[in-house]
Amino acid sequence: MPTINSLDDLKRIREEALRKREVKSASGQKQIIVGMGTCGIAAGARDTMKAILDQIQTEGLTGISVTQTGCVGLCEMEPIIQVKIGDGEKVTYGKIDSEKAAKIIRDHVIGGVVVKEYSITL
Amino acid sequence: MKELSLHILDIAENSISASSSQITIAVLEDIVNDRLRICITDNGKGMSTEMAQKIMDPFVTSRTTRKVGLGIPLLKAAAEMCDGFLTIESQPGIGTKVTVEFQRSHIDRMPMGDLTTTILQLVVSNPQINFIFIYSVNELEYIFDDNLLKQELYDLSLTEPSILNYIKDQIETGYHEIHPEVEY
Repeated sequence: MPTINSLDDLKRIREEALRKREVKSASGQKQIIVGMGTCGIAAGARDTMKAILDQIQTEGLTGISVTQTGCVGLCEMEPIIQVKIGDGEKVTYGKIDSEKAAKIIRDHVIGGVVVKEYSITL
Repeated sequence: MKELSLHILDIAENSISASSSQITIAVLEDIVNDRLRICITDNGKGMSTEMAQKIMDPFVTSRTTRKVGLGIPLLKAAAEMCDGFLTIESQPGIGTKVTVEFQRSHIDRMPMGDLTTTILQLVVSNPQINFIFIYSVNELEYIFDDNLLKQELYDLSLTEPSILNYIKDQIETGYHEIHPEVEY
């Protein structure tokens, strides 16, 4: 019983996404990168990323792309996430659980203010 | 790692690091013969037979090879504890296939855990890679192939709320339709 996405479905999803996507603000695309190396996964990166995706869904946050990367060489600070707003500097955060991720989305991704207490230097 | 679905995520990450453009994840539950098999196949850069043997040994791998960490040896040990095995077939330039099998009802067999979250995260956070997820329980089979989806939505972020909703719903519905109520 294979479920193949029907083209009609996808066209509808596409239009819906385009309609809902807010006009790109001056700040540009918001990007969240989650470290998914073995170290990150063992430290709970999947739960952190799940929390981020859940928040995007429940609050209907548009214009945020969530991608992933491998081990960045700071295994003891995992789960690590990085936030980049438009052409701005990439900010790295360490030991990010679901709650800290929620605060980073609220304050930094939406609000534009770096959460200094969780940020680390690579 | 406490869940097989976390190991699946970990092995798929190796495939991503190997510059694959297509990754197939198959989870096959054979309740009749009491076996659980997981196959992760990619078309990445592959490796020599010698290297494929080496990465199973934690003492050889842990520091010298950067691409593969402790993930493979840990999963291999877990499978062998449960009357199972782990094999790696690989060819440079062709790709790699990791197969791991367990006695499904073995008392030490790790639970599958949140498999749909693993698949969802791989699909949405790697827009450039085609993922095929095959889940079967005895003769029932569910296939999720994101190829058409990624072609059709190529210029949109897959983490837009409405797209995310759609993909999550597809994977979860298909999985739960055939997933047995009780895991053991």
